[in-house]
Amino acid sequence: MTATGTPPSEAAGRTPLLAVHEAAGAQLIDFAGWAMPVRYGSDLAEHQAVRERAGLFDLSHMAEIRVRGAESAAFLDHALAGRLSAIELWQAKYSLLLAEQGGIVDDVIVYRTAGTGTGASEFLVVANASNRTAVLDALAARVAGFDATIDDETDDTALVAVQGPAAAAIVGAIGLESEPIEQLRYYRSLPAVFEGEDVLLARTGYTGEDGFELYIAAHAAEDLWRALVLAGEAHGLALCGLAARDTLRLEAGMPLYGHELSLDTLPAQVGLGRVVALKTKGDFVGRSAVEAGPAADAPVLVGLTAEGRRAPRAGYPVLDGDRVVGTVTSGALSPTLGHPIAMALVEPGSATSDALSVDVRGTRLPAAATDLPFYTREARA
Amino acid sequence: MSETQYTPDHEWVRTDGDVATIGITEFAQAALGDVVFVDLPGVGRSFASGEAIGEIESTKSVGELIAPAAGEVVEVNDEVAGDPTLVNSAAEGDGWLVKVRFSEQPALLDEAAYRELTD
Repeated sequence: MTATGTPPSEAAGRTPLLAVHEAAGAQLIDFAGWAMPVRYGSDLAEHQAVRERAGLFDLSHMAEIRVRGAESAAFLDHALAGRLSAIELWQAKYSLLLAEQGGIVDDVIVYRTAGTGTGASEFLVVANASNRTAVLDALAARVAGFDATIDDETDDTALVAVQGPAAAAIVGAIGLESEPIEQLRYYRSLPAVFEGEDVLLARTGYTGEDGFELYIAAHAAEDLWRALVLAGEAHGLALCGLAARDTLRLEAGMPLYGHELSLDTLPAQVGLGRVVALKTKGDFVGRSAVEAGPAADAPVLVGLTAEGRRAPRAGYPVLDGDRVVGTVTSGALSPTLGHPIAMALVEPGSATSDALSVDVRGTRLPAAATDLPFYTREARA
Repeated sequence: MSETQYTPDHEWVRTDGDVATIGITEFAQAALGDVVFVDLPGVGRSFASGEAIGEIESTKSVGELIAPAAGEVVEVNDEVAGDPTLVNSAAEGDGWLVKVRFSEQPALLDEAAYRELTD
């Protein structure tokens, strides 16, 4: 047996909840330079809890970047692929930060939040932990000429997610001062207060279930976490690690940077053409490359399903007949569906082939191309 | 039956006469996470020292069962093949994987030496 998973080093980033995780018996791994829980007990049980009840995640490794200033909206329209100037106060939007060549530097969620003082609004850009420096560097380079400032608030900010059908009942039971959360729509947020601390309460997530993400000052994270755990007891809330997060997002067909998304892929290749606002705004970084489009033979993202119990995993070759036509980007034995699922980048001519297979360590596993996502909560209900 | 001995590949070995039972350690099952599939060799298969003779798949990763010495498979745990979670719940007991007859003496660690590896 060869051991897997790298334990965090002494130098690893520490979320404000690390002591809580250790006390809860979490198994910690190094993830993007942070010591993060990969699981607390059984990752399958954690996955199932989110699908059927609720799960609680610490996502404080994610990067929170505040953008302020009179031209902050115009700056983000230039720096990101979406039209951020069009989002309303407290609305959230999924977007991409593109390189000049059109490749993806990171995928981000942008919230428009209330500014302090003058009433001018601000934006919160939430980036992947692994891309924190790349995003900060790109934003810093692109802000030249705009009346806007960029502040990295990652180390002062905790982010926790409550995901699952019972999420609203749990978040509604911790004594948050806010507008009623029942009316909060998907990809909208609300300003809230928890025990005197400001919270940005967002109806967003990365699991395919209803759920919330809560941003709070790092020093208040433990109290918020404990309140959620307490409120969750009646609802079967499970503490969830990154292993469950990964299988949940894979079932939901959501891309992960470094797997489906990279500097080498243009948005259209991975089904994210809709995220790029070519028609509704002017120039932005990456525009000309996106307009030119990917090469005719550039790989495209497909969903794959298979039978049995063996999972295609990231890096495994995908074949069309006897010819290698691509690579698996993410794969697992789907805990909810009970069969193997994967996403893969394959030659466009093979995207709908009925002769696909995955080379699973020397064994051909026949695979069927399928639409994403693999799982929707509507289909189950 | 002998005391449990270990390999640096996080397997345990218990010898009874000329038959050795092999499984993965508690440490290994915890590192893997939930085991969802176990691929075991056929009875009668002979193998070389260091050869991968089985696979243990979890949701997140794949571990190989590495033969600590040359030999032949005499029995496999069919129960584990049907219920891979046994590897998690009873890694060093009912979750054993194969019984083999070694044709050479494997180099194994005692418990203290193995604990040193995993601490």
